[in-house]
Amino acid sequence: MSQGRVWKYGDNINTDVIYSGKYTYQQLKPEEMAAKALEDLDPSFAKNVKPGDVIVAGKNFGCGSSREQAAACLRAAGVRAVVAKSFSRIYFRNAINLGLAVLQSLDAPDALQIGDPIEIDFPNGRILSGERTFAFFPLPEAVLGIVEAGGLLEWTKKKLDARR
Amino acid sequence: MGLTFSEKVLSRKAGRIVGAGEVITAVPDRYLSHDNSSAIIGEFKKLGLARVAAPQKIVIVLDHIVPAADEKYARNHKTIREFVAEQGIPNFFDIENGVCHQVFSEASFALPGTVIMGSDSHTTTYGAFGAFAAGIGRTEMASIWATDEIWLRVPETLRIELHGAFAPGVSAKDAILKIIGDNGADRANYEAVEFAGPAAGGFSLASRMVLCNMAAEMGAKNGYFAPDAKTLEWLKTRARGPYEVLVSDPDARYEAVLTYDLSALEPQIACPHTVDNVKPVSAVAGKVFHQALIGTCTNGRLEDLEAAARILAGRKVHPGVRALILPASREVYLEAVEKGLIATFLKAGCVLLNPGCGPCLGAHEGLLAPGEVVVGTSNRNFRGRMGARDSEIYLASPATVAASAVEGRIADPRAYA
Repeated sequence: MSQGRVWKYGDNINTDVIYSGKYTYQQLKPEEMAAKALEDLDPSFAKNVKPGDVIVAGKNFGCGSSREQAAACLRAAGVRAVVAKSFSRIYFRNAINLGLAVLQSLDAPDALQIGDPIEIDFPNGRILSGERTFAFFPLPEAVLGIVEAGGLLEWTKKKLDARR
Repeated sequence: MGLTFSEKVLSRKAGRIVGAGEVITAVPDRYLSHDNSSAIIGEFKKLGLARVAAPQKIVIVLDHIVPAADEKYARNHKTIREFVAEQGIPNFFDIENGVCHQVFSEASFALPGTVIMGSDSHTTTYGAFGAFAAGIGRTEMASIWATDEIWLRVPETLRIELHGAFAPGVSAKDAILKIIGDNGADRANYEAVEFAGPAAGGFSLASRMVLCNMAAEMGAKNGYFAPDAKTLEWLKTRARGPYEVLVSDPDARYEAVLTYDLSALEPQIACPHTVDNVKPVSAVAGKVFHQALIGTCTNGRLEDLEAAARILAGRKVHPGVRALILPASREVYLEAVEKGLIATFLKAGCVLLNPGCGPCLGAHEGLLAPGEVVVGTSNRNFRGRMGARDSEIYLASPATVAASAVEGRIADPRAYA
């Protein structure tokens, strides 16, 4: 398990501030996308985020546009997971499809503060921060196959192979 | 126990009766994408297939950055045109047509009882015609192109009953802003939103599209109006292929039922920087602003342009305001030309933009400098969406934006009704 730090934001963090519309229809490389992450929310994020860091937010994370770079840019920036009270529907699907861990927890978002140490114990479904532990909800069964396959493209390849 | 519309349409797809919360595999009837098709093509190619599974189901509309604002966008469009030709995709709409949601509806791919997936969050718009239509991401669309399938969770349904008639100067946009403001940006997350009640039938199809379009701004998976005589009249000359009108059973189970009296409604405005930060226009009247935007997939249809033109006729846009008119489609634009609305806008000092997404998503055609304020009829006011990070976006009805453009300050349109 790699330890990182908490980046903390509020409710209704939308995909425009996670990844601006002015870049959405340009096809940027992962490292270029990482450099744009959260540009209109927190200009300090992209410069200072480290692999293993975790974004912690309130309800309805990722609302707004269906642009999946809003998930891809965080993954490219090394974000280990997004922990939120809830996720917007399309964002949740996109994150699962692209292999960004999206963890729903009702208590961790209020308890954790910016800069807190954090690591995710995936096998046991726990969020660890110093002496504190928080639970996250298990993923819905429908998406486990996608996660296990390593993302939607790999899952789709398996499906196509099975048809042959 | 009866079924909601969404349970019913997804039961047809599943081949068995399914209820809210169940997960099914569905074969969609149509799938929509736009400028993001070039990214979808990239993902599709990673799957190693030579051909898409069902080219006749694919609808591609170039609308987001049209005409191409720079070479990168031009390359994207070229990639898409080449793929369309190579795969024999019959339903391709190039840059001259308008916003995808309007073009898709005018071409009547939005059919009652069908399942539509779109790689755009406002795909919910097609619920106005009684379709089940939901937004997805690009990789997901690539997977659909390859397999003609998607997994879907059957949504719970939030029913919103509309009563009464609008006062003069109040319209569909005010209703949906009020609903979103009262209930929050995540009230309908993962849910279907069904608009019903005695007033629903009085809504034009264009107004139904406003509500279903912005259902996305309360998190909805899909919006829905039960098809009626107006819907069938629209489909009579336009429908492409068969469809089946599906409606919720009288004893269907809803997550909740909300009731709204439209006659008590005054003009509403969403203030920066979230769509659920809604106030009566009277509460922010007098606020100075710099740009007006009338149009988009939310409010760029003929009835919207007419509402704006009624106020702008014989008047001038305030010298401190740049007023942009963005018809939702070429069809709408042409109707507006024939009805003389465009002459009205030009005489008032407005700028006519070509049908498309225009500045709404912040890529071109009228972006904001730091400190500037736009009052527009679009559907999102997120920080920085239309330009500088410290610009501001207010969202309102076409009448409110037109009245505000005349006065140079946010203004209540009822003074002009």
